[in-house]
Amino acid sequence: MLKILDENGNVNPVLEPELRGDELIQMYKFMVFSRVADEKAFSLQREGRMGTYAQLKGQEAAQVGSSYALREMDWIFPSYRDLGAMIVRGLPLEYIYLYWMGNEEGSRIPEDVNVFPLSVPVGSQIPIGVGFSNAIKLDEGNAVTVVYFGDGATSEGDFHEGMNWAGVFKTPTVFFCENNQWAISVPRNKQTASKTISQKASAYGFKGIQVDGNDLLAVYSATKEAVEKAQKGEGPTLVEAYTYRMSDHTTADDSGRYRNESEIKKWVEQDPIKRFKLYLELKGLLDNSLDDKIRKETGQMVDNAVKKAEACPAPKPEDIFKYTYAEMPDHLQEQLDELEDSIG
Amino acid sequence: MPVLNIVEAVNMALREEMQRDKRVVILGEDVGVNGGVFRATVGLQEEFGNKRVIDTPILENGIVGCAIGMAVYGLRPVVEIQFMGFIYYILNHIISHAARLRTRSRGRYTVPLVIRAPYGAGIRAPEHHSESTEAIFAHIPGIKVVVSSTPRDTKGLLISAIRDPDPTIFLEPKRIYRALKGDVPDEEYTIPLGKARIVREGKDLSIICWGAMVMVAEAVANEAINDGLDIEIIDLRTLSPLDKDAVISSVEKTGRALVIHEAPKTGGLGAEIVALINEKALLYLKAPVLRVTGQDVAVPLSQAEDYYIPSVARVLNALRDIMAF
Repeated sequence: MLKILDENGNVNPVLEPELRGDELIQMYKFMVFSRVADEKAFSLQREGRMGTYAQLKGQEAAQVGSSYALREMDWIFPSYRDLGAMIVRGLPLEYIYLYWMGNEEGSRIPEDVNVFPLSVPVGSQIPIGVGFSNAIKLDEGNAVTVVYFGDGATSEGDFHEGMNWAGVFKTPTVFFCENNQWAISVPRNKQTASKTISQKASAYGFKGIQVDGNDLLAVYSATKEAVEKAQKGEGPTLVEAYTYRMSDHTTADDSGRYRNESEIKKWVEQDPIKRFKLYLELKGLLDNSLDDKIRKETGQMVDNAVKKAEACPAPKPEDIFKYTYAEMPDHLQEQLDELEDSIG
Repeated sequence: MPVLNIVEAVNMALREEMQRDKRVVILGEDVGVNGGVFRATVGLQEEFGNKRVIDTPILENGIVGCAIGMAVYGLRPVVEIQFMGFIYYILNHIISHAARLRTRSRGRYTVPLVIRAPYGAGIRAPEHHSESTEAIFAHIPGIKVVVSSTPRDTKGLLISAIRDPDPTIFLEPKRIYRALKGDVPDEEYTIPLGKARIVREGKDLSIICWGAMVMVAEAVANEAINDGLDIEIIDLRTLSPLDKDAVISSVEKTGRALVIHEAPKTGGLGAEIVALINEKALLYLKAPVLRVTGQDVAVPLSQAEDYYIPSVARVLNALRDIMAF
């Protein structure tokens, strides 16, 4: 397993990636932002201001490290738990909040943001991302596509088919698996008999690498290398980020039914934000006053996103009909008219 | 004007669209070197290369998943599924992504994708090669479902489907793939999706049908002349969205209707059409609307498949019941 930072924030100097101080601070800010945004979503749900929400707590290094390694032109195809990756790629937080608040406007991704709307059916975004990267290759473009999914998704046929396709056609794809040890209540060892998830890549004829998913630098380095390889036409890579879902599966789940506190406690000690903070402190890039400032600013940004999302008007009846086809067919117009009549 | 069969008309449509629009790519099992199991793509890889006519591994679900990604990117993929019996693998990608991406992203991402599949029984094919399950697809909002019944229509409808900005399931009646020949104009033309064709005008009864059943309806209409009956035949051509006006105005004229489809009866599109007539033209009816359909059973193997498919005799019986009402 690739590891660059240990639990105490000590770096392996041989493997330390070349990143400027401001870049390291920016990555830290993204991780803190993801954590605060995640906690805020949880409380919004509890207050009845948001629907069911899928939490990411514990996976900040996996999401931020991988998405930060991408270039402007690259694309991501996220799963429902990838708020952190989507934020790093430039999707404003209010979009993600709006989606979980039950408004499709949240998936009207801005034109200049290379993010596919998050996918709910597990693993189904994998072939779509692969096909997209195949199109990039046919079009002789330079962009690379990263598809995000969890350990549970590796049991789906879509994972197999996407990996197979990418291997056969050598598409510029990075398969990024956030192995968070749990697929709702099913543990990783009941998901597959494979020793690691990364080893599955060899069956498809390309490289897989397992990295410490709570080590921001390891995730960043492995993803960057995979992107460079894809961009050179050398095909796909499977990156397995070995991490942990510290929260329940979603706000509707109670993980106390299937896992014990001591396991969670062990992983809380491995908190990816804490580890990176220690590294930044050792490097002299971060102290308590800067950290306080970052957290205060982050809180304001998140509150601002909540305000924007809540200020977005609710959909009108016509909104559910008019985007079903490019042109609204007669039968939908009829249904819209009937609905509007009933509303008065 | 060339006289072609339906397979050749498919080939001509694909070739012309690939020449016209370099975004059009073909994906499927055996579509390249082999030219397709029915030879619908024959010669296309030679002309357009293996980057535009792509032989894929055997993964129907994966082909459609990848094709959705290609369509989102901006290509115009045309996928061949070898037989409708193998189309069920793709349902999740059609329902969860292709059909809803436009609306779930409020128009930001769209899926201009065509999935072609030969459908239907009547050629003594092996098990799973004779399905006619178009109602499953017509039930899904956000996609279009097209069934051609003549060589000329096949070319015009397929070109429209390829140019359409939304995903389309394009079903080809393999029972008459080669049996039916007809004039197909060389020049570019399209036939609009969502518009039915009046195959034959009549005043006594409207037969509403599509695909291979159009031929059965024509045979029935010819027989019915002996009974002194003048039958109108409507070929729907597009099952979703349905050309309601064509059905209603025909029924308003004749006052009697009969739906023929090869798919099973229960929950089939015949029920939808009967409901439509009930909603819009009930007072024009002189008799109940009947359906002659495939049976509510798995399509039998070849020795018994004729018990399954609507026959001229079954349709004539239903027609006489309506006239005697």
